[in-house]
Amino acid sequence: MLYFIEQCLNGLQVGMLLFLLAAGLTLIFGIMNLVNLAHGSLYMLGAYFAATFAAWTGSFLAAIVLTIAATLLVGMLLEIVAMRRLYGRDHLDHVLGTFGLILFFNEAVRLIWGPAGLNLALPAWLSSWIEIIPDVFYPVYRLSIIVVALAVAGFLYVLVMRTRIGMLIRAGASDREMVGALGVNIKLLSTLIFGIGAALAGLAGLMQAPILTAQIGMGENILIVTFVVIIIGGIGSIRGAFIASIFVGLTDTIGRAFLPDLLKMVLSQAAASTAGPALSSMLIYLVMAVILIVRPEGLFPASGR
Amino acid sequence: MLQIEGLTKRFGGVIASDDVTLSIASGELHAIIGPNGAGKTTLIAQLTGELSSHSGRIRFGGEDISALPAWRRSLLGLARSFQITSLFLDFTALDNVALAVQAHAGHSFRFWRDARCEAELREPARAALERVGLGARADAPVANLSHGEHRQLEIAMALATKPRMLLLDEPMAGMGVEESAQMVALLRELKQELTILLIEHDMDAVFALADRISVLVYGRIIASGEPASIRANPDVRRAYLGEQQAVTLNG
Amino acid sequence: MIRDARMVVIAALLVFLALLPVYVMAGGNQFPLILFTRIVILALAATSLNLILGYGGMVSFGHAVYLGIGGYVVGILAKEGINAGGVQWPLALAVSALFALIIGALSLRTRGVYFIMITLAFAQMLYYVAASLDRYGADDGLTINRRSQFGLINLSNKIVFYYLCLALLLLVIFLVARLVNSRFGMVIRGAQSNERRMRAIGFPIFRYRLVCFVIAGTLCGLAGVLLANHTDFVSPAMMHWTRSGDLIVMVVLGGMGSTFGPLIGAVALLVLEEALSGITEYWQIILGPLLLLIVLFARGGIVGLLRPRHA
Repeated sequence: MLYFIEQCLNGLQVGMLLFLLAAGLTLIFGIMNLVNLAHGSLYMLGAYFAATFAAWTGSFLAAIVLTIAATLLVGMLLEIVAMRRLYGRDHLDHVLGTFGLILFFNEAVRLIWGPAGLNLALPAWLSSWIEIIPDVFYPVYRLSIIVVALAVAGFLYVLVMRTRIGMLIRAGASDREMVGALGVNIKLLSTLIFGIGAALAGLAGLMQAPILTAQIGMGENILIVTFVVIIIGGIGSIRGAFIASIFVGLTDTIGRAFLPDLLKMVLSQAAASTAGPALSSMLIYLVMAVILIVRPEGLFPASGR
Repeated sequence: MLQIEGLTKRFGGVIASDDVTLSIASGELHAIIGPNGAGKTTLIAQLTGELSSHSGRIRFGGEDISALPAWRRSLLGLARSFQITSLFLDFTALDNVALAVQAHAGHSFRFWRDARCEAELREPARAALERVGLGARADAPVANLSHGEHRQLEIAMALATKPRMLLLDEPMAGMGVEESAQMVALLRELKQELTILLIEHDMDAVFALADRISVLVYGRIIASGEPASIRANPDVRRAYLGEQQAVTLNG
Repeated sequence: MIRDARMVVIAALLVFLALLPVYVMAGGNQFPLILFTRIVILALAATSLNLILGYGGMVSFGHAVYLGIGGYVVGILAKEGINAGGVQWPLALAVSALFALIIGALSLRTRGVYFIMITLAFAQMLYYVAASLDRYGADDGLTINRRSQFGLINLSNKIVFYYLCLALLLLVIFLVARLVNSRFGMVIRGAQSNERRMRAIGFPIFRYRLVCFVIAGTLCGLAGVLLANHTDFVSPAMMHWTRSGDLIVMVVLGGMGSTFGPLIGAVALLVLEEALSGITEYWQIILGPLLLLIVLFARGGIVGLLRPRHA
């Protein structure tokens, strides 16, 4: 039972990280109608920056601030140099162009930091455990991830629901000329939104680094899971991304934790030990397939898209 | 031929079609007019199956087609032309019309024979192009055709599907005087063979061709009947000219 | 006959491919033969992708999955002692077709961005499944000890195998070329050009697209079978989504919606990779931005660049 609660919290934590990525991706798609495969690369950069800055400054907090600033900058730079030339084009062009960027970033990281991964050690004040309910101890760090991500979710909620920028996002302002005609500096807005999306990805990478270490190619694996989140949640909808992230995080974590044992109850030992890991890794995709059969547009699609 | 009963369509808070009820007899040319934004194209979209309605029924040739997808309605003999030209731009005019013929020539799970060599498809396509006056332009890429020729091509494609009824959405949009006259002559011919529902802004054409006219304003049919009675109808005048002018006109 | 640059390039390429083994037999080193066998096989896969991507507008980012499926059927059967090509190959094609049917049925109900993401997701799922098959090598992959046995034809002979691959490639190119001009092909191309119009004139598009998807998947499965025999090895990496990306690059680089585009693209990409990796270990740093530049400035691919300019 306690194990179950721990797994639920882990699932929540995974879900929150996914949310940071999904929110950024969906923002970018919502405003600029841009499919960005290189989003995972920004996540990877976040992890590498964090490890590097922490080593330079010796301070975890400084690393956080610097990493967010750095990924924000890289994101905006990327938008100015490459992304804005892709607006209005076929999605295939986006896919190819950003695929090229993935190759570039993976190699660049390998060139700068070498093929081995980078570790990021947690400071003492984040390495302890906390008793959240009697007899259940949970790592402070993982709890802080959940808290930070929820704070970001809250911030995004305020941004989308209460500000002018949010109005534009909600209006699905992908008609750039129209928005420009309204007196909004669309170029600046695009750069800013892309930068924010990048910073969110970088933050997720930063938070993940102490747990999984920074590695080349880490972006692509999580990118696809992020896609699953967006497909389930419905594209263009941050609310959908939030709910779907938690759902996917929980399903994946609890599935991996309990499915092999569940299978052992029904199947033979041998069959269960082969099928177990296979099914666990397939689980979220199977769920996605089922949802697609029932509701191809996702659970909470943004209206009109 | 076509019976529309209580068709309603909402987009959020906006009512695009408000309980539209209309009956079109076989062989009739029925025109729908109304100010911009009245919901004419939305109505056609519901009739062809592109948009779903919130309530109401559509009967075509006695059959209830309300739940049928667009392609099935086409196969039943309901053809349309688009208000904003919708063609296969990378192909020739003949290819375009041949595709329309192909859709109604049995299934297309044929993987070997070159479709461009099938007389069964090409001949009727040429005939349709000749009918609308585009015979000479059959092999021209659609991208090279003029706007007026695009409108003609739209009609040719609709005809190629051997329809029982045509839904024409502003076929004369953007046409010059001469081209419009040609189109009117063509429609007069087609009137003899087909039932037609015509949406148009060109009043000369409408009054020259229509057997009956319905007026659509804010999604509602405010008047329906013979051309002469519509012309004289004060509600119609008000809808087109606005309140104040109607008052001054009537003294 | 139109004598333009395209025909010259294609003819030269075909002659080169036909005569390559002659050069190798004459004492040159074996490496070009191995390289070009791989190129020919991947060109076959790219040709199958061109069918749905170039002509049908379906951006499938999971096409390499069928390379893996075809390969794994051969590999698994080989491991279980079944080496007869007459059993392996048809089964591989059938399994590829089945997966294409299921994935297509689920994915083709969506459009645009969703379709790209979903095909990617399903490909990743199958990648993980393959990586968890402990009995068949899991992550490390599975060695194939004996190539498919066909009695008369000895696939272990590199030259024989090369000509078999080349023959199959040309056959597939021919079949696809006929397909895209048939009634079926017209429906697929029309649906790419203007989906709304197609429905308005009476075509139920979904079923045609699904069949097209299955055909493409099956042909790619054939490429997978050949690849497994070529490398004597199968691994999950064959279906990694970056492989799918490579296939898309080949199709676009060569020229989408053209008969020989995929072959040209495969040759161009793989030769370029060989050349670049000779210059620097970090060749992807050059390839990445190069892709972006191609997308921005040479969208019609190589065939597009060779197309005669009309006055």
